[in-house]
Amino acid sequence: MRASFVQLISALGHFFTSRIDRLGLAARFAGALLVSLSIALGRLPLMFREVYFSGVRSLSIVAVSGLFVGMVLAVQGYEVLQRYGSAESLGVIVALSLVRELGPVVTALLFAGRASSAVTAEIGLMRATEQLAAMDMMAVDPMSRVVAPRFLAAIFSMPFLAAIFSTTGVIGAWIIGVKLIGIDDGAFWSQMQANVDVRIDVLNGLLKSIVFGTAVGLISVFEGYFAAPTAEGIATATTRTVVISSLSVLLLDLLLTVMMFRGLS
Amino acid sequence: MNRSRFDFAVGLFVAIGLLAMAFMALKVGNLAGFDSGTGYVIEARFDNIGGLKVRAPVKSAGVVVGRVESIGLDAETYEARVLLRVYPNYRFSKDTIASILTSGLLGEQYVGLESGGDPVYLAAGDRLGKTQSAMILEKLISQFLFSKAAETPAKAQ
Repeated sequence: MRASFVQLISALGHFFTSRIDRLGLAARFAGALLVSLSIALGRLPLMFREVYFSGVRSLSIVAVSGLFVGMVLAVQGYEVLQRYGSAESLGVIVALSLVRELGPVVTALLFAGRASSAVTAEIGLMRATEQLAAMDMMAVDPMSRVVAPRFLAAIFSMPFLAAIFSTTGVIGAWIIGVKLIGIDDGAFWSQMQANVDVRIDVLNGLLKSIVFGTAVGLISVFEGYFAAPTAEGIATATTRTVVISSLSVLLLDLLLTVMMFRGLS
Repeated sequence: MNRSRFDFAVGLFVAIGLLAMAFMALKVGNLAGFDSGTGYVIEARFDNIGGLKVRAPVKSAGVVVGRVESIGLDAETYEARVLLRVYPNYRFSKDTIASILTSGLLGEQYVGLESGGDPVYLAAGDRLGKTQSAMILEKLISQFLFSKAAETPAKAQ
């Protein structure tokens, strides 16, 4: 009885110490990554190669998702707005939700699932097949050659992807709202332009996506770099990347939203 | 895939991304809102501003001619102090009347400027002499009820 009680307490303790341990490892890893960034920034072609695999290849899923999200927002928004006789405000509602929240957040979630998981698996497999160790032996720093370009690519791609998501979303809402439902075209755009502020809404949305890109990029390379060098280890690391990225994106979004948009009106 | 193919794909990606950002800035948002630093500021005092908010439009004859810059309370007179930033290409006479109006029945509130006949124009920092406060629904209803109550006994006789 007493022994099991002690075990329970130590299990609880282990639960927290292991996580704090991991957090410390991640912080040290981020520090080392920051140092290697200066070298990686001098070799941008490496980053652009990763931008191709992470960003460009995510273009289609982001654009199509944006289109559908915008369409759904238009259908749902119209249902509620027409009850109050203000269907023309549809453009405002759709544009603000996309530019402020859904664009950066959903893009980051899609990116975590589509690109970051692949990065984790790739670096994890490099670790398992000792490619990273081989690079080290050849005096090639794997941090600046492998890790940093993938991290930078996530930061670089995310704002563009978020902008494309929001744009296709607005176009999707326009197709549903103006072309199919028949809201006045002029009112749709003019109300949107009158109520969406470039600095407060658009720039803050892009700033959000840069923060999300940093978080998702860091998590994906960290989980890959420290993946257990087994098939199971890589599978676990990939899962962890998607789960932790998604959760931290949502948490960061709450913090950023409170900081950016509280007390505006 | 060789180097130039990557370059082409990434270049295309960046171009589409920049195009999307331009779309958001120009078509979704209004980049004209960017020049909020230009123009001149005039001051108006109201007994009650109702639901007026910072960045609400300032209109004259229905045309947006500026934005509400800031709202504060004068601690001595207990009047609302509203600073209006008017775009530099519009000028208004000294005896302009500012009133707080509502667009539509439930729409947003804005400041309406009605220019007078004074040949002297308002300059930066000037204060508007005549203002008309926001209509408060509760006050309107109570006024209506009082006037109803006042005329009912006359009818009863």
